[in-house]
Amino acid sequence: MELLAVFPPLVAFLIAFLFGKQIGTRAVELITCAGVITAAFCSCALFVEVVLGSEPRTITLMNWISTGSFVVDWSLRLDQLTVVMMCVVTIVSSCVHVYSVGYMHEDESLARFMSYLSLFTFAMLMLVTADNLVQLFFGWEGVGVASYLLIGFWNYKDSANAAAIKAFLVNRVGDFGLALGVFACFVLFGSVQFDAMFAAAPTLADARFNFFGFDLPALNLACILLFIGAMGKSAQLGLHTWLPDAMEGPTPVSALIHAATMVTAGVFLVARMSPVFEYAPEALMLVCVIGSLTAFVAATIGLTQFDIKRVIAYSTMSQLGYMFFALGVSAYGAAIFHLMTHAFFKALLFLGAGSVIHALHHEQDMRNMGGVFKKIPATYALMWIGSLALAGIPFFAGYYSKDIMLEAAFADHSWFGTFAYWMGIAAAFMTAFYSGRLLFMTFHGKPRMDHHTYDHAHESPPVMLTPLMILAFGALFAGFLGYSGFVGGASDHKIVVESESHVIEEPVINDAPVLDEETHHEELNRFVFWGDSIKVLPQNDTLESAHHVPTWVKLLPTIMGVLGLFFSWVFYSRKPQLPSAVVAKFSALHTLFFRKWFFDEIYNAVFVKNAICAGKVFWKADKQVVDGVGPDGIAARSMDIGRLMKKAQTGYVFHYAFIMMIGVVGLVSWFFYRFGV
Amino acid sequence: MDAIGLEHYLILAGLLFTMGMFGIFLNRKNVIIILMCIELMLLAVNINFVAFSAFLGDLTGQVFTMFILTVAAAEAAIGLAILVIFFRNKGSIAVEDISSMRG
Repeated sequence: MELLAVFPPLVAFLIAFLFGKQIGTRAVELITCAGVITAAFCSCALFVEVVLGSEPRTITLMNWISTGSFVVDWSLRLDQLTVVMMCVVTIVSSCVHVYSVGYMHEDESLARFMSYLSLFTFAMLMLVTADNLVQLFFGWEGVGVASYLLIGFWNYKDSANAAAIKAFLVNRVGDFGLALGVFACFVLFGSVQFDAMFAAAPTLADARFNFFGFDLPALNLACILLFIGAMGKSAQLGLHTWLPDAMEGPTPVSALIHAATMVTAGVFLVARMSPVFEYAPEALMLVCVIGSLTAFVAATIGLTQFDIKRVIAYSTMSQLGYMFFALGVSAYGAAIFHLMTHAFFKALLFLGAGSVIHALHHEQDMRNMGGVFKKIPATYALMWIGSLALAGIPFFAGYYSKDIMLEAAFADHSWFGTFAYWMGIAAAFMTAFYSGRLLFMTFHGKPRMDHHTYDHAHESPPVMLTPLMILAFGALFAGFLGYSGFVGGASDHKIVVESESHVIEEPVINDAPVLDEETHHEELNRFVFWGDSIKVLPQNDTLESAHHVPTWVKLLPTIMGVLGLFFSWVFYSRKPQLPSAVVAKFSALHTLFFRKWFFDEIYNAVFVKNAICAGKVFWKADKQVVDGVGPDGIAARSMDIGRLMKKAQTGYVFHYAFIMMIGVVGLVSWFFYRFGV
Repeated sequence: MDAIGLEHYLILAGLLFTMGMFGIFLNRKNVIIILMCIELMLLAVNINFVAFSAFLGDLTGQVFTMFILTVAAAEAAIGLAILVIFFRNKGSIAVEDISSMRG
């Protein structure tokens, strides 16, 4: 069963990729969907066994590398954290697979598309089931490759190719940090196996590295390097520029990879390494600050964008920022909780946006939409669910997870926790505002597209709407059902609960009927739920104190969410002339936000231009020096010698005869001289 | 100085051979002259053979002379035939024009 949860996508990928032409598109659709749905059901079954049954396990498949003390196995580490991730990945992936069949049916490369999706799913599963950092790195690069292939899927578009290369290059920066982090961990712990590392972490809390004469705290350094890897993959401020461009890919890809799963790999990495991060307070502080800045900056950019997918992309980045500041205040459970709810409502929003784009003949600019809610009522309703969940309106999924993260940040009582809280509050207001703006601009008001498009706007087929409904179910109920398991419970419950033999409630994070039959005997709390997979030092347990923050702290995010939605209604529905007036009033600020804080321009000037200059220098040096002395030089010299020698080849018989005679005379003379006859 | 000895024959042969050789590479006019020079060199060799044959009282040398004469005749015939064909194709048998193998 464990193997069935991981390997069907790989098999489906191989069949679809190698034999896609022979077996036909329909067969490819069936195989890839069947593969990932199998994995989804097995993951749900594992969820019951591992999380609800509290039976984490590790399965070693085979030895991979074994040199000296460096031993790496292929293995599946199935603890609570992994299984939660597996469920999220496989369920969202199943929805996206099915949705793609409808969304991409006009594309003649559908078989290739489906096979890449399966490849991605497999790589993501390898990432989350890794038992050591090297296998995690394998999965990490695997999802990177799949992301590259899928962003550039429409490879006849120059912009898609450029976006794919940009994503790959920016991720290289992060991956370089991750690789250094893995090396640092190996130097520090003498192993890359998680169990060995986690066991050794407390004893190494004060270890130091000596690096070029600098005396550095070792654990902090290793954690910061790992976090740089996470920043790249999760599009945190500084390494985020690839994510909005990645929207060049087909919309299902944006939903699966660039919203729900791959970009959360960084969050997973930090949560997975929590037993190490707990002993690296400075690294956690950095995580928290970067996360809160990302949440704020991305939200401001999201306010001003007009491309429907880019708005959602920036909101993804902003929500990832939330997860990171939650990690930074040691609220790992809250971060994973938000990861899970976010996967549902963000995949829902993206796929809904895809449905809108599909209905309007590939129109993505919200200025050319409007007034279509009567034409596509189901999509409209589903988008509302997703947006309300994103905005953190009570009783939708996002409300529970966002609130607990903000409360945890406040309850940390450190300067960066408070900073994160206020940044998060500001971002929460803006999140609600741009969510409302998206809805009102897309669905309400006067139709701004041409008549032809408006008349032909049509609701999507059931094959696209069904996955949306499954995700909407998650967006509605995942927060309510998961709350107690992911983040609930005070620490004094721990002793009581552990004495119980089996303590099961169902934090259902999916629609699988198998979970619905579980009965609950005792309140599930986060200690039972997470087991040993997440470690929080008692003095860092902000989730504990998060339950005891003042009431205004708890209410403020919700108030902000409602206010944001209200203002967006006023701005974009009641008084449509207001936005332009505000833009005129704050034109400098608007330019800053609209141009994405000039990150692209700065990077262009600082890195890209200089890299091109350096490239030209090296290119010239290669051309002139290396080639000049090496291959080209040798070739030219032998040409010269040949040219010289060919002059001897006159073609006149008498020249040859003369040289022959000289030769004979010379030989004979030498003979006489030498032997003295 | 009354009898003609071996050395006289050898000197004559040497002179003939040298003349033939110089004829080949000093001649810039005509391919037929080259053929004639080759013939001259073969004759010089023949004289050597016959001279040594008489001097040593061994008939083998004279037998070889007959062979060489036969081969030389055949060679001259083939050489002339080639020349005829060559002239038909190129319209010239001047040695200076024959350099199509130049590098």
